[in-house]
Amino acid sequence: MIGRFVARRAAMLVATALVASVAVYGALFIAPGDPATLLIGGGKPPSPQLLAEIHRQYHLDDPFLQGYLRWLGGMLHGDAGQSLTYKDSVTHLVTERIGNTAFLVAYAAVLIIVPGVTLGTVAALRGGFGDTLVTVVTTALMAVPTFVMSVVLIWWLSVQWDWLPAYGAGEGFTGRLEHLTLPALALATAWLAYVAQVTRSAVRAELASEHVETAWARGVPERFVVRKHVLRNAAGPLFSVSGVAVAGLIAGCSIVEQAFGINGIGALLVQSAAKQDLAVVQALALITVVVFVVVNTLVDVVTAALDHRVSLEGTA
Amino acid sequence: MTTYQIAALGRGGARWSRLRRLTRGRGVLVVACAVVAVAVLAALFAPLLAPYDPDAVDPAAVYQGSSAAHWLGTDDTGRDILSRLLYGARPSLLAPAAVTLTAGLGGTVLAVSAAWLGGWYDRLVSALLDIVFGFPGLVLAVVAAAVFGAGLQVAVVTLSLAYLPYIGRVVRSAALRERNLPYVSALRMLGMSGRRICLRHLTPNLLPLVLVQVATSFGYALLDVAAFSFIGLGAQPPTAEWGLMVANGSTGILAGRAEQSLYAGAVIVVFVIACSLLGGGLSRQLLGDDR
Amino acid sequence: MTGSPPLLVVDDLRVDLPTRDGMRRVIHRADLTVPAGTAVALVGESGSGKSMTARAVLRLLPSRARTTGSVRFDGSEVTTLGAAGLRRLRAHDVAMVFQDPRAHINPVRTVGDFLTEALITTRGVRPRAAEAKVTALLREVGIADASRRMRQRPPELSGGLLQRVMITAALAGEPRLLIADEPTTALDVTTQAEVMAIIDEARAERGLAMLFITHDLALAAAVCDRIAVMYAGGVVEELPARHLHERAAHPYTRALLASRPDPAATAEPLRAVPGRPLSAFETGPGCAFAPRCAHAQDLCHTERPSLSPAGEGLAACHFPAADARVTPQPGARSTPHGR
Repeated sequence: MIGRFVARRAAMLVATALVASVAVYGALFIAPGDPATLLIGGGKPPSPQLLAEIHRQYHLDDPFLQGYLRWLGGMLHGDAGQSLTYKDSVTHLVTERIGNTAFLVAYAAVLIIVPGVTLGTVAALRGGFGDTLVTVVTTALMAVPTFVMSVVLIWWLSVQWDWLPAYGAGEGFTGRLEHLTLPALALATAWLAYVAQVTRSAVRAELASEHVETAWARGVPERFVVRKHVLRNAAGPLFSVSGVAVAGLIAGCSIVEQAFGINGIGALLVQSAAKQDLAVVQALALITVVVFVVVNTLVDVVTAALDHRVSLEGTA
Repeated sequence: MTTYQIAALGRGGARWSRLRRLTRGRGVLVVACAVVAVAVLAALFAPLLAPYDPDAVDPAAVYQGSSAAHWLGTDDTGRDILSRLLYGARPSLLAPAAVTLTAGLGGTVLAVSAAWLGGWYDRLVSALLDIVFGFPGLVLAVVAAAVFGAGLQVAVVTLSLAYLPYIGRVVRSAALRERNLPYVSALRMLGMSGRRICLRHLTPNLLPLVLVQVATSFGYALLDVAAFSFIGLGAQPPTAEWGLMVANGSTGILAGRAEQSLYAGAVIVVFVIACSLLGGGLSRQLLGDDR
Repeated sequence: MTGSPPLLVVDDLRVDLPTRDGMRRVIHRADLTVPAGTAVALVGESGSGKSMTARAVLRLLPSRARTTGSVRFDGSEVTTLGAAGLRRLRAHDVAMVFQDPRAHINPVRTVGDFLTEALITTRGVRPRAAEAKVTALLREVGIADASRRMRQRPPELSGGLLQRVMITAALAGEPRLLIADEPTTALDVTTQAEVMAIIDEARAERGLAMLFITHDLALAAAVCDRIAVMYAGGVVEELPARHLHERAAHPYTRALLASRPDPAATAEPLRAVPGRPLSAFETGPGCAFAPRCAHAQDLCHTERPSLSPAGEGLAACHFPAADARVTPQPGARSTPHGR
C-alpha cells in the first residue's frame, strides 16, 4: 500500500517537474518578438550581429523539442548557460548565492516549527486564558503578509531599537545569524501562526477522540496519553503543515531578500526578471519549482509513513 | 507566499477557522462589511475624496508628518499619502478582483465540463489542475514578468492561471456529486441536452459554492498582487498602489520616515482581515458551512 | 441480596453536561447496584442516559460536566477520588469495553502496543512479560494467530477481531467489574453472538461482575442476572432477569416488551411504544413516561415517582402493574438463558 502510494507521488513529481521545465523553456518562444532579445536582457535593442551570435550559441533555430532537450540536458549537468547582463555563468551566479538562501530558509523553518508546534500543543492541552491569547495573537499575525512584516520589523527592531541590522546577509555563521534574524522572522511569522493554529486544532481533535478516551479509561498516566496517543496521532497533520510551510518559504524568499537586500537566489530571480535576463530566470524558476515539488512530495510520503490511514485513503 | 497558504488549506486544516469561530456573533461581520465598503467607495470616488492629485510632486513638502494640510503626511517626493492611498484602492482592488473572477469563471467552466463529460477529458483537466496546484504561483508570475515585462496586467493574467485550481478542484468534486443526483438523470430522460442541463441546472446549483470560493480567494489574491508590486514586478511607479507604496516607503524607513510603508501596510492588513471574515460569513450564509 | 456490600452502588446520580445553551441535565436520577460476580444489564433507548451512567462510574464525563449523588465502588466513593486513586480504579478494578472498537483503539499504533500499554504504564510489567500475557489472553478469546495479530494495526483487522482485542485489553488488567457499553452493536450480526459468548465465558471463569449496557431487552435477559431499565435519564425499574416477562411492573418496561417481535408469537401484532422518547432535560415535574403512558393519571403528570418495591424488584411508578403478564404471550420464556 505504502509502496503504491510512493510510486504514485513520485510519478506526480516527475510529471510536474517535466511540465514546469517545458513551460519554463517554452517561455522563450511565447514572448512577442525575437527570443534572442530575452536572452540578452537589458531591454536595449541589440545589434544584428549579436542577435545572430545568440541564435547560433543557443540553437534558437533548431526545432523546439531538440532545443528543449539540449537545454534540459545542460540543466541536469549543471550547465545553465551564460547571463549576458551579469556577464557570468548562471551556475556561478546561483552557487554564489544559494548559501544565503538556504541559511535563511533553514533559519525560518526552525523559527516556524519549534515555537509553532509548542504553542499550539500547549494552547490545546492547557486551554483557558493562554489558549485564547494564542488564538487571538496567531489569528492577527496570519493576516500580516511577509512584505508588510518586513518593513514593520525593519522600522521597529532595526531603526527604533537598533537591535539588529536591516540590510545584507553577513559573513560566517554568527554574522549570518545576526543579519538574517529579522528576515527569517519576517518570513516565519505568518507561517508560525498558521502552524500553531493547525497544531492546536489537531491536538484538540485527538484529545476528544474515542481512542484517547479508551486510554484514560484504562488508567494510562497523562504523560503517556499525551505522548503516545495525542502527539503521536497528531504528528501526521503536523508534519504535513510544517512541510507546506517550508515549501512556501522557498517561494517567499524572493520577497524577503528584496526587502532586506540579501544577496540570495530569490533576489537574483526578481532582479533578473526585472532585467528580462531569461537565461537566469529559467534556471532559477526550474530550481525553485523542483525544490518546491520535491519538498511537498517528501512531506506527503513521510506523512503517509507516520499515519497509515493517509495512504489507505489515497488508494480507496 | 499566500497562494501556498491556500494550498495548505486544501491539505491540512482550515486556516481561518479560529477567526471565524471567534466571530460567531454578527458584530464583527458588520465591521468587516463596513471596512470593505469603505475601501470600495474610496476606489470609486477617489477623485472626489482625495484632497490632492496623487501624483503631484511638491519638493517643498517632502517627508512631512501629519498635519491639517496633509492628514497622513507626505512621501519622499512630497506627494500626499492619503490621496495616494485613496487612489491606490483602484488598482489594489481591481487587480485581485480580475484575478478571482477570471479564475472563478475559468475554473467553473473547466470543472463543470470535466464533471459532465468525464472520461479522458476529466482525467486531463484534473491532472492539469493538480500540476498547476503544485506550482508556486509567484514563480510563475516572475517568469511571465521576465518574458512580457513587468506590469500589473501580466501579474493578473498569470495569477488568474495560478488561482484556477483553487476554484476548479473544489467545484469539480461538487459538480461530480451534483451530476450524480437523481434529478439530473430525470432531466436527461426528459430529453434535455447536456449543454442545457449544465447551463440551466448544474451551474446555477453550484453558484453559491463558486461565489464562496471567489470571495475567500480574493483576500489572498490581493496579498499576492501587492507582494508582486512590492518586489517591483507588478504595478510600476508612479502608480499609486498599496504594495508599491509599502516598497516605496521602505527607503525612508532607515531615515526614520516609516509613515508611508506603515500606513499602506496597515490598510492591506485591515482589508485582508475584513475580506477573510466576510468570506467566512458568506460561506456560513450560503453553504451553511461552519468551518 | 447478601450481607457483604455490593461491588458497585450508584445512588441518586445526577449529571449535567455543558452545552451551547448552558448546562443541560442528562441523568436526573440513576440508582443502580451491582453485587460482586453478578451481571446487571442497563437497558434503554438511545439517549436514555445509559452510556452516560456507565461513564460516570469511571468518571469519563467531559471535564466541565457536573455530577451529584454518589458512586461507590467496593465501599469507597468514586466521585471524590483524587487523580492517583482514579487511575488505580481504572487500571485495577474496573475495565470498559466500548461500543465501537474501530474508533476506540488507536488506529496508528499496533494491536500489541494497545494491549500491553496499560500493563506497562500502570503496573510496571516488563514489556516482554506483558506481551506474553496478552498473547495468551488473545488465544483464550479465540484468536489463533495471536503473535501475528500483535504486530498488525487496527485497520487491518475486522470489527469482530478488534472487539476481541478490546475484550482482551479489558481482561488483561484483571478487573473486578467489567463495563460493556453495547459491545456488539457495531458488529455484524454473525459476529455478535460470538463476541457475546466470549464475554459470558470470560466472566464465568473469573467470577467477574458486569454492567452490561444495551438497548436489546432479550439479549439483556439472556446474559444478565438483573435488569435495570432506564428512561429519560432515570432508572425506572430494576428486577431479576428471570422475572422480566411475568413481573415487569413499570408500564415502560411492559411497553418495551410488547414492542419486541417474538418469533413464537406469530399471531400477536407488534405494538410500537407510542410517542417519542424524551431526553432528561425535556421532562416536566411529573413522571417522565407519563406523556406516553396508557395508564397515566393526574398524579403522574405532577409528581415524579421514585424507585420503590414492586413485585420482585423496584419500580418508579405510581401505579405499578400487579403481577400480570405483559400480554398473553404463548412463547414467553421463563428461563433467562432460553435464547
